[in-house]
Amino acid sequence: MTDKKPVVDFATDWDHTDPRWVEDPYPIWQDLRERCPVAHTERYGGGWFPTTHDVVSAIANDTEHFTSRLVVVTNNKYPEGAPPAPIGGAPPITSDPPFHAIARRLLLPAFAPGPINALEPQIRALCRKHLDELNGESFIDAASQYAQYIPPGVIAHMLGFPAEDGEIFRDFVHVVLDLIDLSPEDRAPLFVPMAEYFDQQIADHVAHPRDDLTSYLLNVEVAGAKLSPEHVRGTMVLILIAGIDTTWSAIGASLWHLATHPEDLGRLVNEPDLMPLAIEEFLRFYAPVTMARLVKDDMEFAGCPMKKDDWILLGFPAANRDPAAFDAADTFVIDRALNRHAAFGLGIHRCVGSNLARLELRVAIEEFIARYAKFELDSSKVVTWAQGQVRGPRHLPLRILG
Amino acid sequence: MRVSIDTEICQGQGRCFSIAPSIFDFDELGNGVVIGDGTLNEETLSLARLAQSNCPEHAIFIEE
Ligand code: HEM
Ligand code: SF4
Repeated sequence: MTDKKPVVDFATDWDHTDPRWVEDPYPIWQDLRERCPVAHTERYGGGWFPTTHDVVSAIANDTEHFTSRLVVVTNNKYPEGAPPAPIGGAPPITSDPPFHAIARRLLLPAFAPGPINALEPQIRALCRKHLDELNGESFIDAASQYAQYIPPGVIAHMLGFPAEDGEIFRDFVHVVLDLIDLSPEDRAPLFVPMAEYFDQQIADHVAHPRDDLTSYLLNVEVAGAKLSPEHVRGTMVLILIAGIDTTWSAIGASLWHLATHPEDLGRLVNEPDLMPLAIEEFLRFYAPVTMARLVKDDMEFAGCPMKKDDWILLGFPAANRDPAAFDAADTFVIDRALNRHAAFGLGIHRCVGSNLARLELRVAIEEFIARYAKFELDSSKVVTWAQGQVRGPRHLPLRILG
Repeated sequence: MRVSIDTEICQGQGRCFSIAPSIFDFDELGNGVVIGDGTLNEETLSLARLAQSNCPEHAIFIEE
């Protein structure tokens, strides 16, 4: 790891891997919102961090001045081998118009509510299986023994990868999303096993085509031509990475909330009709995903002198806590009826997996509280949160009370 | 009174058809669509308004 200078002022030197930010970013964001509201840093080669809903929304909807070529902030703005804009390394998330719409359109039917809702019984069975495996113990880790198993199981099924490879997927996620502050030389080799794994899965699907997303991507045609191998592989990597850490974090953060707010847990257990509103409030309050953009050309934006290829850390979670956009923004209101949150992003890159993520989150919480109606944090152990652009508990030690 | 979705703005966030399944449905891409011609009565108006104020993209319009 690089030796890091601790942050003194997040307004001029923000770092989203700083231990204070990882532990509890919300007061930092609130302070920046009042003072800046767009913070700056020289770290990672330079970048900006907007904290208000207005500016986050303006940037998300402005593909003319901001590119999605890279969406994870690292120390390398010019990675070797990444296809240029408007395609990028992992279409559609790294794509800009006009190519973006083509790459996105290919995925939408498989992730529309119809096919996704059909997965509910399977997801429920997966949740029950992992709850059964906890064997009625009174001390459990709800992140590493429960939440983290649900999304990889579903994604493996959709891509047609072996169900038992969940552990391998979590390693990939760790490399892509957590180990971001390495030097480019230290980071590059970490991607080799991932490339090999995908090559192997693609070869297997070419030899034995079947009814799954991988075979679909290998065979689908756009304007009479199949997709390039880089496109197919980039999209598969995207679905694997975007589909796992995100939802696992959302499930974990929601369970953390219920463990620390017994009144909300009690209401959810006794009033199951609250679930749809509660799910949206979990997503608003603990929005797990922050994305990035790069500035296309030197310009002034929101009063900031932005330079070509400056990072934008696009804080959808910070937008969700903006008091200008939400009443009592820093209060969790389990039955909040007006909740125009941005947890799944805004504009053309709206999360393709949002229907799946909502389903997994709802079913995972329903099954957990059906099994355990009362639980609290295990005070003899510590909760740890992921660092980087996806926030959620990696360890969530609980004491089961009933 | 009529409700409509601007398909240029809708990104398929899916809030409308969850909140008001009697008024909105989804198409094969997961984008929101209005059921029938979108005519509202006093009762459905408030539900349509609730969906409107939860649409993150501001894609729902109500003519009164
Ligand atoms: C609670 C869980 C999740 C959250 C909070 C979340 C959040 C997000 C956000 C904020 C974006 C916008 C990216 C941007 O503006 O650059 C996004 C895009 C995306 N997400 Fe998710 N996501 C979740 C789960 C999933 C799942 C389960 C999948 C699929 C299996 C998925 C697949 C995608 C894809 C493919 C995109 C790119 C869409 C595009 O660029 O057009 N996500 N997600
Ligand atoms: S809530 Fe808004 S963005 Fe979402 S499907 Fe309905 S109209 Fe479209």
